[in-house]
Amino acid sequence: MAATEQARLRSARSLIWQRRRAAAAAHRATFRRNRQGMLGLAILSFFVAVAIVGPLFIDPASLEPATADGPLLASPSLAYPLGTDNFGRSVLALMVQGARISLLVGFTAAMGTMFIGASIGITSGYFGGTRVDVALNAVTNWFLVLPWIALAIALTAVIGPTLVNVIIVIAITSWASTARLVRAQALSVKERPFIERSRALGANHWHMISRHVLPNVFPILFANAVLMIALAILSETTLSILGLGPANAISWGRIIDDSFSAGALSAGWWWWLIPPGVAIMLVTLSFTMVGFALDEVLSPRLRER
Amino acid sequence: MGARRYVARKSLQAVVTLLFVLTFNFFLFRVLPGDPVGLLARSQRLTEQDVASLQAELGLDRPVASQYVGYVGQIMTGNLGVSLRTGREVTSTIWSRIGPTVLLVGLGTLLATVIGIWIGIKGGWRRGSAFDTSTLYGSLALYSIPEGWLGMLLLLVLSGMLGLFPAGGFETGGETGVARLVDVLDHLFLPLLTLTLGYVGQYAIIMRSSMIDVTHEDFVTSARAKGVPEHQVRRNHVVPNAFLPTFTLIFLNFGFVLGGAIVVEAVFSWPGLGLLTYDAINQLDYPMIQGVFLLSSAAVIVFNLVADITYGYLDPRVREA
Repeated sequence: MAATEQARLRSARSLIWQRRRAAAAAHRATFRRNRQGMLGLAILSFFVAVAIVGPLFIDPASLEPATADGPLLASPSLAYPLGTDNFGRSVLALMVQGARISLLVGFTAAMGTMFIGASIGITSGYFGGTRVDVALNAVTNWFLVLPWIALAIALTAVIGPTLVNVIIVIAITSWASTARLVRAQALSVKERPFIERSRALGANHWHMISRHVLPNVFPILFANAVLMIALAILSETTLSILGLGPANAISWGRIIDDSFSAGALSAGWWWWLIPPGVAIMLVTLSFTMVGFALDEVLSPRLRER
Repeated sequence: MGARRYVARKSLQAVVTLLFVLTFNFFLFRVLPGDPVGLLARSQRLTEQDVASLQAELGLDRPVASQYVGYVGQIMTGNLGVSLRTGREVTSTIWSRIGPTVLLVGLGTLLATVIGIWIGIKGGWRRGSAFDTSTLYGSLALYSIPEGWLGMLLLLVLSGMLGLFPAGGFETGGETGVARLVDVLDHLFLPLLTLTLGYVGQYAIIMRSSMIDVTHEDFVTSARAKGVPEHQVRRNHVVPNAFLPTFTLIFLNFGFVLGGAIVVEAVFSWPGLGLLTYDAINQLDYPMIQGVFLLSSAAVIVFNLVADITYGYLDPRVREA
């Protein structure tokens, strides 16, 4: 009885947050039972730790082509566990620095993608069937059918291949699928009775979108965001392989491109080409496994099986 | 909604999207950096008079609105202009590149579709079996590998280290008849393997989850209750329904064939539409960029339209939506 008495005295907002926290705790417990998801999370934690802490142990001068002092193109040894590149830089050191850049690109580009995709998707779904929806939907469909790599190459050529620009280009070219997903969810949320109740009580569009539609779209958005990080890292690799990676930073994609351009394939410098690809694969795979696990946890339809 | 109205509405949507693409193409030409005529002038030592006449020829001296009308009119008659680099007609250059791309990307897409769907059906039907678990992780891993890097890895090991395959290109040249065919196939093998491996994962994953969705439907339970043998439940009740969501993906990806596989074609120097696009963008060859963009977008739009119409026929429920 005492607990109910206390609950009754709390404000509506604190009650909402109490419920949300309870739901999040339940989701966390379900996620922990998902082996695939936990494995992905463990691998990711490793790479994130390397990306944050690792570069602190590396002398920036050893990453500059002009000041690197290692032997040129040495195969792996005790001093250089992953060998060196054509400037005498340790490939292991490049990999550690690359982890920071590649993950940074992944996270920020995915955030940009989510922001554009969610804004357009929610607006389009909330105003479903109106002219706003038709127009936004046309733009979304157009972005879906455009060959994204070609668009990304063209955009990068326009604004120049710097780190920030590469992130912007990835966000601009990959939001359409998110928008479509969010729109579908927003369309269904809009039809639920609490929206009608809210409208009857005089709520405006902004209130209904931010307080009712967004919270209900959020779980799907969250799972999608994790998958988008994987996609963004792959996209950065693709752009780098085409010679349009961030010119002012060392990413895993750049290491691949550098080794390819230097002729690693015919010369057999495997220690230079293989590690960045394996790292990208592991990180992408982990994000995908976590994303699928989240999808299972957050959408009840999948969980029941 | 009646079938005719459904087809009409979808066709109208396709035309609108196509107009969007045309407009985008037109403005891309004007937004990209570098002045194409200036570029030509530098490389070919043109006089000022030549530059002016070239600008007139390309229509760059007219107001934008009149350029736009002229551009759309030109496209309608099938004239895509002349390459700024080679001076050849864009249409004929594109034609010469379609063959290699269809051979590589078309065949790769086809192989990936068939193999992926087969894996998805088998795995999704026996969820949690050894086959299912191993192929699921395999598909996820393949999906996570950057395509271009996979190609490089194959080149490094099978071509660079073991010398089993050529390092790229379409053919060695100078061969005829059967010898030439063998030579082309020899060059085709590695890029084809790369593309097939790169595409197969997504088909397997989507078909698998779709199979799992459908096996929980009521009509499957009632089929079993009627005493229909398991293999018939699978063949007649589950697979046809599970196939529907995959269907759209297949059409979409076949639409993407004409965009070429830019990364794989670039890594293997395969002379297809993807490499053409890549070169055209790097060389600021605007008419060529416009041409390949238009072709690839139009292909996707047309394939999408066909998919929508066929889908509406296969599953009349979607016509209501």
